[in-house]
Amino acid sequence: MNDERGGEGFAAGPPQGEMRPLGGQRSTRSDERGGHILDVRDLHVEFPTALGPALAVDGVSFTLDKGMRLGLVGESGSGKSTTVLALMQLIKAPGRISGGQAILAGDDLLAMSAQQMRSVRFSRIALVPQGAMNSLNPVLTVRAQIDDLLDAHGQKPEPKERARHVAGLLQRVGLPENVADQYPHQLSGGMKQRVCIAIAIALSPQVIIADEPTSALDVIVQKQVMQTLIHAQREVGAAIILVGHDMGLMAQFAHVVGVMYAGRLVEIAPVQEIFANPRHPYTRMLISSLPSFATRKVFRGIPGVAPSIVNPPSGCAFHPRCPRAEQRCSREIPVDDVLAPGHHVRCHFARELPPVNAAGEALA
Amino acid sequence: MLEVRAATVAFGAPRSKSLKLALNAVSLVLPAEPSITAIVGESGSGKTTMTRLMLGLLQPTQGTVFYDGLDLRQLDRQAFARYRREVQAVFQDPYSVYNPFYKVDRSLLLPLQRFGLVKNREEAYERIQKCLQAVGLLPGDTLGRYPHQLSGGQRQRIMIARALSLEARVIVADEPVSMVDASLRATILESLYRLKTEQQVSLLYVTHDLTTAYQIADRIVVMYNGQIVEEGEPESVIHAPQHAYTRALVAAVPPPDPSIDWGLDTQALPA
Amino acid sequence: MNKQSPGLLLRTGRLLGGEPLLTAGLTLLVLITLFALVGPLVINVEMAQIGAAVPRQRPGAEYLLGTDVQGRDILAALVLATPQTLKIGFFAGVMGLGLGTILGLLAGYFRGWTDTVIRTLADVVMTIPGIAVLVLVATNVRSMTVALMAVIVAGLAWMYPTRTIRAQTLSMRERPYVDIARLNGVGGVELVFTEIFPNLLPYIAASFVTAVSSAMLATIGLEALGLGPQNELTLGMMIFWAQYYGAILRNLWWWWVPPVAMMALIFIGLLMTSTGMDRLVNRRLRVEA
Repeated sequence: MNDERGGEGFAAGPPQGEMRPLGGQRSTRSDERGGHILDVRDLHVEFPTALGPALAVDGVSFTLDKGMRLGLVGESGSGKSTTVLALMQLIKAPGRISGGQAILAGDDLLAMSAQQMRSVRFSRIALVPQGAMNSLNPVLTVRAQIDDLLDAHGQKPEPKERARHVAGLLQRVGLPENVADQYPHQLSGGMKQRVCIAIAIALSPQVIIADEPTSALDVIVQKQVMQTLIHAQREVGAAIILVGHDMGLMAQFAHVVGVMYAGRLVEIAPVQEIFANPRHPYTRMLISSLPSFATRKVFRGIPGVAPSIVNPPSGCAFHPRCPRAEQRCSREIPVDDVLAPGHHVRCHFARELPPVNAAGEALA
Repeated sequence: MLEVRAATVAFGAPRSKSLKLALNAVSLVLPAEPSITAIVGESGSGKTTMTRLMLGLLQPTQGTVFYDGLDLRQLDRQAFARYRREVQAVFQDPYSVYNPFYKVDRSLLLPLQRFGLVKNREEAYERIQKCLQAVGLLPGDTLGRYPHQLSGGQRQRIMIARALSLEARVIVADEPVSMVDASLRATILESLYRLKTEQQVSLLYVTHDLTTAYQIADRIVVMYNGQIVEEGEPESVIHAPQHAYTRALVAAVPPPDPSIDWGLDTQALPA
Repeated sequence: MNKQSPGLLLRTGRLLGGEPLLTAGLTLLVLITLFALVGPLVINVEMAQIGAAVPRQRPGAEYLLGTDVQGRDILAALVLATPQTLKIGFFAGVMGLGLGTILGLLAGYFRGWTDTVIRTLADVVMTIPGIAVLVLVATNVRSMTVALMAVIVAGLAWMYPTRTIRAQTLSMRERPYVDIARLNGVGGVELVFTEIFPNLLPYIAASFVTAVSSAMLATIGLEALGLGPQNELTLGMMIFWAQYYGAILRNLWWWWVPPVAMMALIFIGLLMTSTGMDRLVNRRLRVEA
């Protein structure tokens, strides 16, 4: 029961290295989806500190289309988790949302009252939180926890219909029906995570936010959970925002990837574009630092330390670590530059950087 | 040089239902020449138990651990002190390896004094500064501070410098970069790699991350459920895996190239 | 090895500034201690002796807090009694906590037989009602003194700290820095006191306040029952004498109100200090996380 791996055998995927043409991949063709389901404009979140307000999120804007998978990637202190938590008004005091809008199908999430937000959470925008396995109440069965959510939103009060719905949810995440009457401690990590996904789709939300859902899981289970997430997304027709630090996972999972650094969105582009043609020095260095099974004994780390948001560098926050930095970078904050449809960068020299090869090394 | 022979580590009462074999008759040899051995496994594989055995922090229920051919349990005081000095550790969590009550200097000074490697404080600081520089740290930025004033990457590198300063022959690193930011990982891995090439120090690199193991190891050992399932050179283990578990592990690593199909977007769900 | 003093003092000073409740509590305790220490120099304690003053006087110009039926100046008596009560509470608290800490650390770190013995002993003694032991001792001892009271109360106060410190130690010994210390060749008792003990200090400081206040409460309760030192004045004894001579019935309120008020102040000070400390530690945890 607890050994998910033992019960299912090893999930064997195609051996790595098998290439498929770009066109057949997850595309961002607009006929697959409708218009923007979520429009985030100039989001600001600040925390008061002894040295003045610290901007955890500094003017982040992006759009999300129906059925789309957006990956927000960044390191600790980049503000990626804070961004998505702000969308659900889950920022704990003394932090506060100090500006911006988040329009979900016509309604501004950030302008909602506490009561309105309570009815919107999980019914229109849901969260699979970080360490979700520890967010399950240890003294309630899985069924009881899903019931809690449905009751809170006054959904499906009739017992037979309720039971059917719960069974359906578990089936959608690939769990057997008897899981409903088990307690969290009887389930493995991967199963608990799938329960959290089931809870997230219980009310068929329009947007699902997954905040590092697999960081505590073993890599084999991780792939299964990500497959479950995609399947669940399709079942309810939702869009997903995946927050994480694993670029490899983003490469495989996301349609669009946004890179965050020191609270700012420094680059955002469709996934093939951002890997083939990264235009921000940080993105480039991040991609080239990724270990892969292609080369050995090559180490390309990014020198320096992660920026403090309490006392951030002036101008472009990356300039102390950037090989391309000039005087201008420490004085002027780079503005949003649109290089191609859907490809935004914040760098003074984005257009001048030489192209890169498959390993992320600059050519010429 | 460091050898584990037919070791079994069991937790729980014998002959009871709750008996758990963390390691099941496992044998592993770290050769005398400087080399990097990677142990790859997921949680429950026994890799951490293996490190604790090799560090002498745990006794095997059955089997023996040898250092330079001698059973650890039979080493005399002097030999054991030498073992303690020559086999050092770098742990996963850079936050909890430091006693928050003291400055980081103490972590570097204390073992030097205890192992009698220096005659006075000046000598100690001289040695410490050299080792800090060897791992790419500025002594001025790191010494005299409390752990909470330093970043995770700095803390981890201080631990490596500590091992260096003690003239260790083997460093057992248990997930040394998993709690460090992605951009710093390559730098710390490089420091560990250079330990072999420049300082003639062997490394036992224990991780769940197959790709970093592939990067630096001379030999990869795959563990599952308390046993070694595969062992060999990185090229063959990764590109021609023999055991089903190794194959599953390799297939489960997301390649950082969107043009490669990882099989994530399947119609059928994993059961 | 650890020249902590300057850094620690500075940090402590800055920390205290942020938590008003703690500062208020400590200020109150300091004032009371000053009263106890400086009082005898300012006020004539000879007046606290039996027959020193005119008995049964209401509070007035001559006797600020009045006098009791035996002719004791209440204010002078208060000045004498307060330091005695503080002394008992303090020493009993220190002894009980000290012993409890050492036993808890040893039991928690070494486990095995040491743990079993200490734990069983603590559990058994915990179930013995302190009053019973004290009554037994009090009736069999020729004359009960402040020192003896402190020792007895301490002997009954070590069990709870032992259990709680043991629990803390059990979790701390699993921390990686303890492993590193073992890899440094540090072992046994030395490790316990250099690695684990310093990190328990905040916890011990908070427990200290509780230990002192429960020790004081225990002694005052016993004294009020008449089991205290007959020949020395403590706050509890003042209440005993007041009650013995029917002060309440005779409406000699100035006899029992001052000691009660002083005790209340002491406990309020201790409570504010412990609550303030608790808040301080939590706040620091929240900020650092």
